[in-house]
Amino acid sequence: MAMREKRWRGLDRLEPVDRSSRSTLVALVLACATLITLDHVGGALDPARRAVGEVVGPAEDAANGVVAPFEAVPRWFHTKSSLEERVAELEAKNSQLRQQVATTALDRNRLAEYDGLAATAGTVHHALVPAHVIGHGPAQSFSQTVTIDAGTSSGVHADQTVLNNDGLVGRVISATRSTATVLLLLDRDSVVGGRLGGSMEVGFLQGRGELSGQATLDLKLLDGAFVANEGDTAVTFGSEDGAPYIAGVPIGTVTAVYSSPRETSRRVEIKPFVDFTALDLVGVAVPSSTRSDRHLVKPGQAAATSTPQEEGR
Amino acid sequence: MSLVRGLLAVLLLLVAVVLQVTFFPHVAWHGVVPDLALLVVVAAGLTRGPQFAAILGFTGGLLLDLAPPADHYAGRWALALVVVGFVVGRLRPPGQGARPEPAMVVAAAAAASFLGTSIFALSGLLLSDPLVSVPEVLEVILVALVWDVLLTPLLVPPMMLLFRRTEPARVSLA
Repeated sequence: MAMREKRWRGLDRLEPVDRSSRSTLVALVLACATLITLDHVGGALDPARRAVGEVVGPAEDAANGVVAPFEAVPRWFHTKSSLEERVAELEAKNSQLRQQVATTALDRNRLAEYDGLAATAGTVHHALVPAHVIGHGPAQSFSQTVTIDAGTSSGVHADQTVLNNDGLVGRVISATRSTATVLLLLDRDSVVGGRLGGSMEVGFLQGRGELSGQATLDLKLLDGAFVANEGDTAVTFGSEDGAPYIAGVPIGTVTAVYSSPRETSRRVEIKPFVDFTALDLVGVAVPSSTRSDRHLVKPGQAAATSTPQEEGR
Repeated sequence: MSLVRGLLAVLLLLVAVVLQVTFFPHVAWHGVVPDLALLVVVAAGLTRGPQFAAILGFTGGLLLDLAPPADHYAGRWALALVVVGFVVGRLRPPGQGARPEPAMVVAAAAAASFLGTSIFALSGLLLSDPLVSVPEVLEVILVALVWDVLLTPLLVPPMMLLFRRTEPARVSLA
């Protein structure tokens, strides 16, 4: 009994609960339970929900329009340095992304070139040292040469054939430890022994010293009486021990045939397969036993990668 | 309770509910917003007693349950706010026009917030609507409590003043 007294004394200060407020509470709680049950069973409260939504929805919309300016208030308190930091950060990210976009095509082309080079190694039955063209000789020097980023340490030496996945590029004329100079087919000093694929006729291809998209080579056939067919393909006939040119590398197609009465042979114009204005990845044909500081592309490795070449180009 | 007074109270609830879903999400902490409707019920309870507050709580809860973003079972907030209204109403100091102490108001708001959010969460756990774990529920309850206590000094006194102004003369209880 004493315990009871004590408990009630603590609650004396509370609002007294009369019958009506207690019955209100019970009624409301029961109403809540009813609502929950109705909604749980499903569907019964959907009209009520819709009706309230029709009223409150526009109110929320209007209120959102009113509070939208206040939403920006925290942004007013950014310090200048934090904003500058943010600008710098975003600019860095932006340029990074732009660079990514810009180099995607280049990456894809490079991959296609590697695939093509691997396929070429299989075609010419030689091991290839992959190399990139890193410098073009100036036109002022009247010679068509390029520098590649492979030298003697990679097994590249003078008088080796340079080709890419389209065909013959030229030959190495000198090599340092890490770079080599390649004389392009187009150079006036470049003479390549060639053979027309359709007739096995032999001749010499000489460059004209012009570097352009429409560069041509002159083919002088040994047999002056022979008339070459347009569209016939010229390939290298090869030198002794594969130096400076290995055999069977495609050079170009016959585009025109001229016969001059003064000369004993006919002049045939050849359009090279290689686009010399867009040289990038090339391969230097080396003996399979070459010791190189980089991975050689060897024949037989291209079997699996020859199809993506077609898709990539 | 005359019609005008009732309408005024419902309007206040409506404003609270609308603000709760439009403005406060922009300043929310992990999506937890202050329970404005609950604070309205607290203010009503401290000035007008359990019966009025329970009815107001039911109305406000129903509004929260049915207003657009809500997709829980209707009646859950109503139940929570009915209980809150009744309990807070009983904390009202006796006597016409009596004012509770400020500390008392904050304590009442804190208790109401804890009670209301807990009842809502418990009903959710019972009905598995939606399925949430107890630690998550506790975190939400605590953050909501902090929010409500922070906003109580700003919002509850003016609302209490409003409710006191519109209060009819109290009938002395036998």
